[in-house]
Amino acid sequence: METALQERQDSIHRTGEAPFVMDCNKDSLAGAVSQRACVFCGSRVVLYPIADALHLVHGPIGCAVYTWDIRGALSSGPELHRLSFSTDMQEIDVIFGGEKKLYHALIELIDRHAPKAAFVYSTCIVGIIGDDMQAVCRRVSEEKGIPVLPVQSEGFKGNKREGYKAACNAMRQLVGMGDTSGISRYSLNILGDFNLAGEIWLIREYFTKMGVEVVANITGDGRVGDIQRAHGAALNVVQCSGSTMDLARMMEEDYSIPSLRVSYFGVEDMAESLYAVAAFFKDEEMMRRTRELVKEELSLIMPELMRYRQALAGKRAAIYVGGAFKAFSLVKAFRTIGMQVVMVGSQTGTPEDYAELAEITDPGTIIVDDSNPLELSAFLKEKEVDIFVGGVKERPIAYKLGVAFCDHNHERKEMLAGFAGMLNFAREVYGSVMSPVWRFVPRREN
Amino acid sequence: MGKILPNYVSTTNACKLCKPLGASLAFRGVEGAVPFLHGSQGCATYMRRYIISHFNEPIDIASSSLGEKNAVYGGGANLKLGLKNVTQKYHPALIGIATTCLTETIGDDVKMLLFQYRQEFMQDGGPLLVQVSTPSYSGTHMEGFHAAVRALVEQLTVATEANGTVNILPGFLSAADLRSLKEMVVDCGLTATVLPDFSETLDGPALRDYPLIPEGGTKISDIRAMSGAQATVEFGYTLPDQLSGGSYLKKTYGVPLQRLGMPVGIRETDRLFETLAEFSGRPMPGKYALARGRLVDSLVDGHKYVFGKRAVVYGEEDLVIGLTSFLAEIGVQPVLCASGGTSGGFVKAIGKAVEGFAVEMPRVHEGMDFHEIGELAAELKPDFFLGHSKGYALARGIGLPLIRVGFPIHDRVGGQRLLHIGYHGAQQLFDLIANAMIMAKQDSSEVGYSYM
Repeated sequence: METALQERQDSIHRTGEAPFVMDCNKDSLAGAVSQRACVFCGSRVVLYPIADALHLVHGPIGCAVYTWDIRGALSSGPELHRLSFSTDMQEIDVIFGGEKKLYHALIELIDRHAPKAAFVYSTCIVGIIGDDMQAVCRRVSEEKGIPVLPVQSEGFKGNKREGYKAACNAMRQLVGMGDTSGISRYSLNILGDFNLAGEIWLIREYFTKMGVEVVANITGDGRVGDIQRAHGAALNVVQCSGSTMDLARMMEEDYSIPSLRVSYFGVEDMAESLYAVAAFFKDEEMMRRTRELVKEELSLIMPELMRYRQALAGKRAAIYVGGAFKAFSLVKAFRTIGMQVVMVGSQTGTPEDYAELAEITDPGTIIVDDSNPLELSAFLKEKEVDIFVGGVKERPIAYKLGVAFCDHNHERKEMLAGFAGMLNFAREVYGSVMSPVWRFVPRREN
Repeated sequence: MGKILPNYVSTTNACKLCKPLGASLAFRGVEGAVPFLHGSQGCATYMRRYIISHFNEPIDIASSSLGEKNAVYGGGANLKLGLKNVTQKYHPALIGIATTCLTETIGDDVKMLLFQYRQEFMQDGGPLLVQVSTPSYSGTHMEGFHAAVRALVEQLTVATEANGTVNILPGFLSAADLRSLKEMVVDCGLTATVLPDFSETLDGPALRDYPLIPEGGTKISDIRAMSGAQATVEFGYTLPDQLSGGSYLKKTYGVPLQRLGMPVGIRETDRLFETLAEFSGRPMPGKYALARGRLVDSLVDGHKYVFGKRAVVYGEEDLVIGLTSFLAEIGVQPVLCASGGTSGGFVKAIGKAVEGFAVEMPRVHEGMDFHEIGELAAELKPDFFLGHSKGYALARGIGLPLIRVGFPIHDRVGGQRLLHIGYHGAQQLFDLIANAMIMAKQDSSEVGYSYM
């Protein structure tokens, strides 16, 4: 592709064009205007939904203020996570060190809010000036009697995936602290759903109906106490390829808890995930209940879903999301409503992820890692895309060119997971693609 | 003055943004320019996201995307690679390079790196490179904004012959404000260079092709010739001298400087038109006399709905000063004027803005966050909040209306189209405020009045 920079050529492929070796999972190219954020962002988004913890960003104001209430991450109870706490480091702190300020800020905020735990996020500058966050956290933890966990999320230390890992490292310290008595042998933790629009409540309901106890939400509508006893669960179900897989691995290492990779987007993946959980517990009765649940849920949504399918059949979709795992499900979800995916990419996919995308997409589909506005806009044009699915930063690219858009990230307000979520997704797609406003945009003019 | 505020160590829900964001916005207002942050990738992406959610427009901010090795050994190589890549794909006329806390702390000498870059890669020409130091640990987005404007003026202007134009350095206005300002100037028969001008670059039309660099922005040739203008008008009473482009032009080229407030409300707009009339030698155009007349007429019509209402006003210092001035003119009592900024000139400027109008002097605080604003608001019993959308949680918590102005507006469409300045802007503000008060009364009334 001529549009892209030379160094980016190996990160762009087309399905069916061998050999398929994706250049990915590395630092973004300088000057390429990547859509990615940083290590801090990775940690922040993963831990953010833990609603009864204090989330203190140790650094200058920007990092905290740009992540204030940044995603839905609904809570059924406390909403401490929706506040933006910062040490707001000043020049004097940079020169003389920020440990003292961090200590006093922590004491002040813990006294004010009485959180169940505190996460302290390191930012670029803290990594450079060398504040001993570990020591400060340990001291405050001893004084206040709650876990105070440093999150080593200096922005420059790699890409978003490193941030996921730092978040998982912090949570690893929580797991194992709680009492696990009374937990059913049919039990699991939900990893990798962030309850942006209430999806984790629906998923929990499914598991409850199947007869499975959910011990901890990690991290959507999350609670410190639940995570502390998460090691009592029999199984980890992990959605979202990158963000919490590390924690699942750690829990397997520390507590021999096996994990299943699941996805709640799209009817196929949703049903498969529930069946996989039922199969894991090897309980016939549970499997029967699961089949019934799937059947009932499908019967509720199919008539309306088919109406959307009729209207949307043959339309072309492009996908650019944070994690590749979501992309897999979206490819299938579009298929369910008769649409063709012509471009798919992610910020943080691995070579295996992209190989799988190449497997499940049609020949000629553009597959891309760590893309940018220059490339994405060219893809939208080349493929004459009808709808683009992405996050806030992708939205103006689509809209400027007169292409419909579906937010599958922070700013969505409708739940897109589960069976009901599939219907919401179809409605969202339909509501954007079918709008009459596209008749007036330049690309539709002759 | 009420109780002394406790001196909190921590910040909760800041009422300010960081310096490079302001610089990025300012650079976006120059024709053919690409903002470029020298730092880790996240900064650029976060700021893009934040700006996009307000303007609903693309904004490409490039980054040198420093990794761990660069943080240890210096970011020079990445800075150069980034500039090369941006030049190759964006074909910019200018790259505005702002530093971040990371590159300021590791001590990258950007000036020297750019000198090297010009030697190595720009022998056959290339974009202009303007650089500004914007460590986020000192100052807010407004200091970053002004510093970028000052850097543009310092690094681009050259001595020119007198050209009779007027320089306007308006500070951070909305896209609609900038359009309105340019119209005023033209209507007054003047030619002005407004810097920056993102009225089109951050509020453009639907297009067939993605605009890597959108049309519009202040022309570079006009910036170069600001040295020959008959005068500079600079908005903002709290702008310090070392960040003032107007002061630089005055000192270096002898261009007279007229410092005005942000023209919000009647008196500040009057001042602007008086100034423009001095330059043009003509009276205010009839169109504006009429708009002023209509405005005054509407204030009379609606004065009872707003008189004595108590307002908490927050945001950037100069915007708050302008808004407070207008509130005082319509009989609203500003009870708290708050900003995350710490210019040192806020209290005095508010005092002047309300002098002779407001019944009481409002509480005025620099360096405030929303936690502190909330604590004071609980005590001051306001009727409404006036400021950007980040005050929503607070207003909702107390159950009071938030009237949205300024930046960012993340929870409504049309933030870029909000008009604050001039008589037309004052008209819109008045209608918003009066209707919010009428609505509050109507909604809480058992009667459900169908007339005001």
